[in-house]
Amino acid sequence: MLGEGILRGLAETARNFAGSYVSKERLTTVQYPEEREPQAEAARVFPFLVYDGADWEAGLRCVACQICEKECPPKCIYIEKSKDKKPDFVGKPQIYPARFDIDVSVCMSCQICVEVCPFEAIKMNNEFELSTDDRFGGLLMDREALAKSNEYYHTIHPTEAGEVDARLAEEKAKAESKAKAAAEAAAAKAAAAASAAAAPSVPAAQATPPADKSTAPAENPAGGGE
Amino acid sequence: MVEKADQIFVLLQHWLVSFLPAAWQHAAAVLLGVVAIIAVYPTLFALAVLMERKGLGRMQNRYGPNRVGPYGILQPVADGIKSLTKEDIVPFRADGLVHFVAPLVLVVAVFMGFAVLPMGRNMVLVDMDASLLFFFAMGASTELSVFMAGWSSRNKYSLLGAMRAVAQMISYEVPLLLSSVVIVMMTGSLSLERMVEAQNHYTGIFPHWFVFTPWGLAGFAMFVIASMAETNRSPFDLPEGESELVAGYFTEYSGFKFALFFLGEYVGMFGIAGLGATLFLGGWSAPFSFLTWVPSWIWFFAKVEIWICFFIWVRGTLPRLRQDQLMNFAWKFVLPMTLVNLVDAAVWRFMGEGWLRWVVCSAIVLAAYVLMGRVGMRREHLGPRSYRYAE
Repeated sequence: MLGEGILRGLAETARNFAGSYVSKERLTTVQYPEEREPQAEAARVFPFLVYDGADWEAGLRCVACQICEKECPPKCIYIEKSKDKKPDFVGKPQIYPARFDIDVSVCMSCQICVEVCPFEAIKMNNEFELSTDDRFGGLLMDREALAKSNEYYHTIHPTEAGEVDARLAEEKAKAESKAKAAAEAAAAKAAAAASAAAAPSVPAAQATPPADKSTAPAENPAGGGE
Repeated sequence: MVEKADQIFVLLQHWLVSFLPAAWQHAAAVLLGVVAIIAVYPTLFALAVLMERKGLGRMQNRYGPNRVGPYGILQPVADGIKSLTKEDIVPFRADGLVHFVAPLVLVVAVFMGFAVLPMGRNMVLVDMDASLLFFFAMGASTELSVFMAGWSSRNKYSLLGAMRAVAQMISYEVPLLLSSVVIVMMTGSLSLERMVEAQNHYTGIFPHWFVFTPWGLAGFAMFVIASMAETNRSPFDLPEGESELVAGYFTEYSGFKFALFFLGEYVGMFGIAGLGATLFLGGWSAPFSFLTWVPSWIWFFAKVEIWICFFIWVRGTLPRLRQDQLMNFAWKFVLPMTLVNLVDAAVWRFMGEGWLRWVVCSAIVLAAYVLMGRVGMRREHLGPRSYRYAE
């Protein structure tokens, strides 16, 4: 009969109306500023720079290689290289970014900078409340604003940060073993040279110092970086 | 005491007027009534908008506005401030004067209707003999303002919306009038006061409302449908169909003029709801004889609010009709039904007292409903649509 469907529809909306007061499952709205849903672990919003240790400036992993700056599709990264160098986590002296700015209003959260970074220096943050009333200065994040500790990285993306740490440790171990091998080789070479030319002991004495030199820097920052 | 509560506004008016010299008293009394109407209905409008937004939200399983004030009750205030402070934009090519006057015409026409609505015992501003006629005349002049708005904006969406509005309002004006004519036939008067008095009797505890008779029920149903279309309410909101016409006839209105249109629309709803309540639901009379101690104006406003709630409920349920469906429905179903209803009312009138007239009149209405639903609303199977493009 005519009107049957309308009555059925009215009953349906009435059921929804009353149900939204009774059952919590119907009312799925999360009242945002007061209540929040936990974020997914892989949530990503805006990049940050990882640093090791307590001092953000000394511990920055970034070596200002500018790969991310070149790869960034909307070109939101601006890097200025430093004139001097500082040792990285392996201990190699590297240049560091004197300036590293990312424009929040331009960034499109694509994560390409993270994927291209060979130094695990830039990662994605899940902080999404980046709005500001200062639309010029406030949206341009500088080095200091971008720097976040490795511990913070562990709290937001634990699995990924674990993998990164393992990879870095492996790399460091490799670098150390390589240095040790080089040192050993040098020592062996020196010893061989010393034993071969037993009479003049001068070249052997000359050969040892370089071996010491190659091992020494590798150990120092390794201790500091831990 | 009960008498005092029932007549509180009337007594207040008399008391306030008594301070003035006798020559001015009548004019002052009318003025007070006007002020009261102009104060009460916009307040109800604010309440209804909030209720609508919350109610629709709940029907869609969400909260609705709940940020401004506790439970969002100050939302209408925020909306009002917003619309007052917005820039008033008039299109460059618009007809400035007509564009300016259109919302005023709407609001004035809509408020004029309340002059004759009895909102409680002795609470009618002008007790006219032909008040029903006056109400419909005022209701019809809202069409003028809608067309003025659409025409003067010089915008295709406005014009299309206005065209639709006029077509729709004229089509539904006919069933609206015809469905209320049965009440005139029964009461023998065009005065809304007389109509309420005719319904203000009780058999046992039940009232003699016209909706409880076969012809009254049919008339009521047709009146509800036609009133929805008259006030451009969903599912008949084609004139302002957001999805196809931006906002219809008030597309080019902003700021306070837009707010006036919005106000006019809702106050028009109150007007038609008040008229419907007066015609079919006993106006200010109580629903049960043991509840007559409750002040009459409370019953009137309660009925209006329930009517508005029903409108909101329907809006949350039904999708918008298509223009041809709208017209088909008006001319092929609602209009014939109201005509049959006239015959039904006449049969009722001349069959005299007794159970037989209940049976006969119910049978007529039911048969007409089923038949009209089958024949008039039959879906025509046109087969799959094919398009031919100009070569």
